[in-house]
Amino acid sequence: MTGNRREKTDWFFKQIFKATGFITLALLGGIFFMLVYNSFSFFAEISPLDFFTGIQWDPDNKYSILPLLVSTLFVAVGSMIIAVPLGILTAAYLSEVAPKKVQTILKPVIEMLAAIPSVAIGFLGIVLLGPGISKLFGIQNGLNALNGSILLAIMALPTIITISEDAINAVPKSHREASLALGADKWETLFKITIPAALPGLIAAVLLGLGRALGETMTVLMATGNASAIPRGFLDSVRTITATIAIEMGEVPYQTTHYFALFAIAGILFLISLGINFLGEYFANRLRKFHA
Amino acid sequence: MKKKLLHLFDWIILLGSTLLVCLFLGIILWDIFSKGMPAVSWNFIHQYPTNGMTQGGILPAIIGTVILTFITTIFSVPFGVACAIYLNEYARPSLMTNIIRASIRNLAGVPSIIYGLFGLALFVQSLRLGTSVLSAGLTLGLLSLPYIITTTEEALKRIPNSMREATLALGVTQFETIKDVVLPKALPGILTGIILTISRAAGETAPILFTGVAFYINGISTSFNQEFMALPYHLYMLSTQHSSIEEVRPLAYGTAVILITLVFLLNTIAFIIRYKYRTQD
Repeated sequence: MTGNRREKTDWFFKQIFKATGFITLALLGGIFFMLVYNSFSFFAEISPLDFFTGIQWDPDNKYSILPLLVSTLFVAVGSMIIAVPLGILTAAYLSEVAPKKVQTILKPVIEMLAAIPSVAIGFLGIVLLGPGISKLFGIQNGLNALNGSILLAIMALPTIITISEDAINAVPKSHREASLALGADKWETLFKITIPAALPGLIAAVLLGLGRALGETMTVLMATGNASAIPRGFLDSVRTITATIAIEMGEVPYQTTHYFALFAIAGILFLISLGINFLGEYFANRLRKFHA
Repeated sequence: MKKKLLHLFDWIILLGSTLLVCLFLGIILWDIFSKGMPAVSWNFIHQYPTNGMTQGGILPAIIGTVILTFITTIFSVPFGVACAIYLNEYARPSLMTNIIRASIRNLAGVPSIIYGLFGLALFVQSLRLGTSVLSAGLTLGLLSLPYIITTTEEALKRIPNSMREATLALGVTQFETIKDVVLPKALPGILTGIILTISRAAGETAPILFTGVAFYINGISTSFNQEFMALPYHLYMLSTQHSSIEEVRPLAYGTAVILITLVFLLNTIAFIIRYKYRTQD
């Protein structure tokens, strides 16, 4: 009898685990369908041509993603210009040069940097970096693309450093030993052998860092000034896709064109970050296969 | 000689980059704590805001964040852990499970504001929960799910298969094996993942923006269907939307100190669990 009950319990819990598994997946899949469904409602009213080629985002009647998209790319690419060299060099230092003791101190530093909430970083953009930029360049408003790029670089650094370090560590020791045996010194080995061998992993690191920068909301909302025009330089105020959603979604009436428009730009952002993540994963897998 | 100079240069850039990264953290913490600590006092933590937020404390925001993360935990932990158990213990490896894992990993990279939109469409509007602490907590729960699933699965994978096979060979059912052997052994790893995820959720602002957070509520509400105050949103409003921004700056710094301290505290707990677990093995 007890054996039978145990089997029944076993069967019961198996179904429970299976069901929660599928509910979870359904919820996560729902995100995708919600975006697609609401975006279609938007494109039923506004032609995709206007949406992608117009030059103005004006919540009353003009819905073009172009200025927002350019702003988003501007800030994100700017942040990568700062974060990529810094992140990869730091990762190289951590895994190849730093003594064990320094490593154990630096790891928590990077974890702490990753743990700081984005709203706190954005706050520093307003109180510290903004005034600094306006003084340095002699402009009135320090809340601009440059400010956002620097802050996003700081936020993307932990991602880039951690993944780059894994990539550099994954390069087999035999590569290094072969290079050293041929008479190359430690530095030549690092820059000419180890880093090139880790390249797919480094590309993955950059892509995942970029994904993080593109999707960040609070930092850019607080630090970039939010002027919705196509930016001409890094000292222009910009307004990203995420910031536009954050600013306008709170006030928009349910199921109006404007409401659907915000879902449509969210859908585009979703596709971009999905593409970047898949590409990042592809490169990460290539590194794994290469060294297997 | 020239080569040596060149190598000195190499060494300087590598070390310089690393120091610059450390300097970023140093500046962030030094600025926030040096200007925020004077504002933090016992009164700041246990009092209500007064005089249009220009004086008093941030008690409702602290309580709001605690209730919010509580709902997030209650929702995301059982679902996330159960989903991971299903994927790792029950589901046979197939194309389907690979697709599922890939989509979960990618969902971890979806911008947090998109979770906010989904929460608005699903919880606030479709399920008619309204803008409330429940809607916001569930939204953050969704955001946390992919992280909890991935970290739990990693912890489960670290348990050697021989342990499962040993109990199964003794006639123990699979559920009992999971309950009595696998889960207890994987618990520290699972807990670390959960705490890190929750600390991330506690600092999130974008997903709660339109699902229930408010700048000011009268008194403290303990009911789940009302709007609430939260520390990250409070910091955002104090630093951007308040009518006398310069006057409330010390309060904003103080709020930032409390928020960062809370997040670091959770991270330290996770760190200690992980450290103990590692030395145990």
